[in-house]
Amino acid sequence: MRQELISDATLVSSYIKGDESSLEILIKRHKQRIYSFIYSKVYDRDIAEDVFQDAFIKVIRNLKRGKYNEEGKFLPWVMRIAHNLVIDHFRKTNRMPKFQNSGEFSIFSVLSDSTLNAEKTIIKEQVEEDVRRLIEELPADQKEVLVMRMYQDMSFKEISERTGVSINTALGRMRYALINMRKVIEKHNIILTN
Amino acid sequence: MAKIYSKNSKTNKKMIPKDETISFILNYSKALSVISYKKMKFEALLN
Repeated sequence: MRQELISDATLVSSYIKGDESSLEILIKRHKQRIYSFIYSKVYDRDIAEDVFQDAFIKVIRNLKRGKYNEEGKFLPWVMRIAHNLVIDHFRKTNRMPKFQNSGEFSIFSVLSDSTLNAEKTIIKEQVEEDVRRLIEELPADQKEVLVMRMYQDMSFKEISERTGVSINTALGRMRYALINMRKVIEKHNIILTN
Repeated sequence: MAKIYSKNSKTNKKMIPKDETISFILNYSKALSVISYKKMKFEALLN
């Protein structure tokens, strides 16, 4: 009975003066309207709880800092704070969409881990080792061009300058290096796949 | 007479926050004190 007799404005001012029980009365008086309002926007119990809590934390901080000056308009003020927090919530979720697995579709079936697993790592190392051995079998001039191009990432212009041959010669050596490697791979049935 | 198969609307239920949430808010309020120094205000959370 006592709760209904005291106006919001009186409770707010006595809370500002230090009477903590006034806040309890205010919350109990308005919790249903504020919470229902939030829930009607977010449609999620947990989010509604969070927004409700954040709204009252703001209310408390503003009251204690003496920022509140809307005498007699406590509920509309709290509703506006809650409304702004709901907007903030939707802004945040739009920026970081939350994927929820609903039944058959799983987002993880679309996303894949780009790192190799242990098996694929071993295969990759073996293939690279085989290729290195094949390169060792090439004639020195071809091997030199291929290593510079593929492992040192040099351009054919740089290769020609370094080896003292024309660009065309360097290109030719590269071509023959690849042809020779393919021949060896075919001849020995070497499988180079990952 | 026609049967009504639709479920009861959720809005029929009383929508209120959990007691823990309210308790948290009240405890936060008790713990928070604002200290004024000249024109500045400092917040202190004392548990």
